Amino acid sequence: MAAAATIAATEQEIVEEFSLFDSWDDKYEYIIDLGKRLQPLEAEHKTESNIVRGCQSVVYLIAEEKDGLVYFRADSDAIIVKGLISMLIRVLSGHTPDEIMEARLDFINQIGMMNHLAQTRSNGLLAMVKQMKNYALAFKVKNAAKG
Amino acid sequence: MTAAASLEAMIDVHALRQQFPILAREVKGKPLVYFDNAATSQKPRLVIDALVNYYSQFNANIHRGIHSLAEEATAAYEATREAVRAFVNAASREEIVFTRGTTESINLVAYTWARQELKAGDEIIVSGMEHHSNIVPWQMLCAEKGTVLKVIPVTDNGELDMDAFRKLLSQRTKFVSVVQVSNALGTVNPVQQIIREAHAAGAKVLVDGAQSAVHLDIDVQALDADFFAFSSHKVYGPTGVGVLYGKKELLLAMPPFQGGGEMIKQVSFDGTTYADLPYKFEAGTPNIADTVAFKAAINFVNSIGKAAIRAHENDLLAYASERLKTIPGLRIIGQAKEKVSVISFVVDKVHPQDIGILLDNRGIAVRTGHHCAQPLMQRFGISGTTRASFALYNTREEIDALVSGLEKVIKMLL
Repeated sequence: MAAAATIAATEQEIVEEFSLFDSWDDKYEYIIDLGKRLQPLEAEHKTESNIVRGCQSVVYLIAEEKDGLVYFRADSDAIIVKGLISMLIRVLSGHTPDEIMEARLDFINQIGMMNHLAQTRSNGLLAMVKQMKNYALAFKVKNAAKG
Repeated sequence: MTAAASLEAMIDVHALRQQFPILAREVKGKPLVYFDNAATSQKPRLVIDALVNYYSQFNANIHRGIHSLAEEATAAYEATREAVRAFVNAASREEIVFTRGTTESINLVAYTWARQELKAGDEIIVSGMEHHSNIVPWQMLCAEKGTVLKVIPVTDNGELDMDAFRKLLSQRTKFVSVVQVSNALGTVNPVQQIIREAHAAGAKVLVDGAQSAVHLDIDVQALDADFFAFSSHKVYGPTGVGVLYGKKELLLAMPPFQGGGEMIKQVSFDGTTYADLPYKFEAGTPNIADTVAFKAAINFVNSIGKAAIRAHENDLLAYASERLKTIPGLRIIGQAKEKVSVISFVVDKVHPQDIGILLDNRGIAVRTGHHCAQPLMQRFGISGTTRASFALYNTREEIDALVSGLEKVIKMLL
């Protein structure tokens, strides 16, 4: 179960997977494949308020908390973005709000994604990360209020 | 040999490419194929040298200095004004105002002429294929003054619905602001006809020439345009310089845009008088270096000739249109009879952003998205397109690279 691994361990896994690829075409093929396999969001979740601001394509992101762990789901009309967010979900989903907020996510740099995407698209990637951390913060605040 | 082919033969593309240093570089390990010319064109060595030469030889603030450098800088700056005047065939250099770009030129007219002349209930007409820069300033004006914005609809093949335009024209119409060439579709609009009919209705007309100035022969007097706006950076010149042409009698009657140095005749706390045209609209130290270097770009275009440039670009447009049609699921958006070398397209089940990222990975620069023309995208029921726009230095071989790149990319994505 992925949730058992730490965030850093999952990041390391992804870095190792990417080290197997010789070319960016191969890396993109892989990301596209991840995008295609990401389970689509139901129409009811595709609302204005679930849209991640700052992306060139439309990205929907939702989060729920179960037993103190945060689970993310997302969708997009653009497949590469969907693949990228699928990786973020793999790394961050199933962790506590604190773990998510503290996640360094160095893997994005280590697999070369940050340099490879044009600035506007990197910003979209960062917007997704920010939104996921915002969700974590919101759950933490909510829990603190309850507790 | 057809007329077009013989003209094309006049352009030695491979020699021309040598004049553009950036075209020699690689992107992602592949030779750069630059098809984002409608966003900004690359700069020939002459322009880059002119910038370096300005800073190396005669950088000074212009117009008031009495020392030699100031005189040389002023002469060079004003020489560009004369070159621009000739480029658009304005009657006098007083009618050429330098701005930061087309956007600022349009805003200048909205903030000065329109704010002074228009009142609640007056109507402004724009078209459904405007860039946001020719929509938002008018919406802001409408919010402030109670003027009303009307929109010329766009037909299915990406042309203006001229019958609808005629129906919009009325005694209430006071201003028409329309793009000569659509940045998103490449459509060439019949601005001469629009101006004639708008004038007959008593309205003034601004022509947004951001996309047209690099392709078409511009003659503001023949057009009888009241205002004409364009940018240096889309005409092989530096960024940060724009032009507003305005008829002298209109510019004279307009209040200044911004206050400050350069735009005054006399300042006292009892009252200030403004400078003569065109300086009334050029407050503060202008973008001297880029303006000076802009002249090198105009000379460059003139030395080749727009007719030869157009013949070459039209050949690229026809070739690319034919080749792209062979790609299954690809649909060209904008099939106007008259177009410049801009092709916008969508591919079934494929997002433009994915195409853009994967083409970039092959060294091919295209633009994806809404092209700052969201209302136009809404008109066609799409969120965006992939756009390839060609300049005088592009080649058929590069279009072949685009087509084979697209075929591979689409295969990856489907």
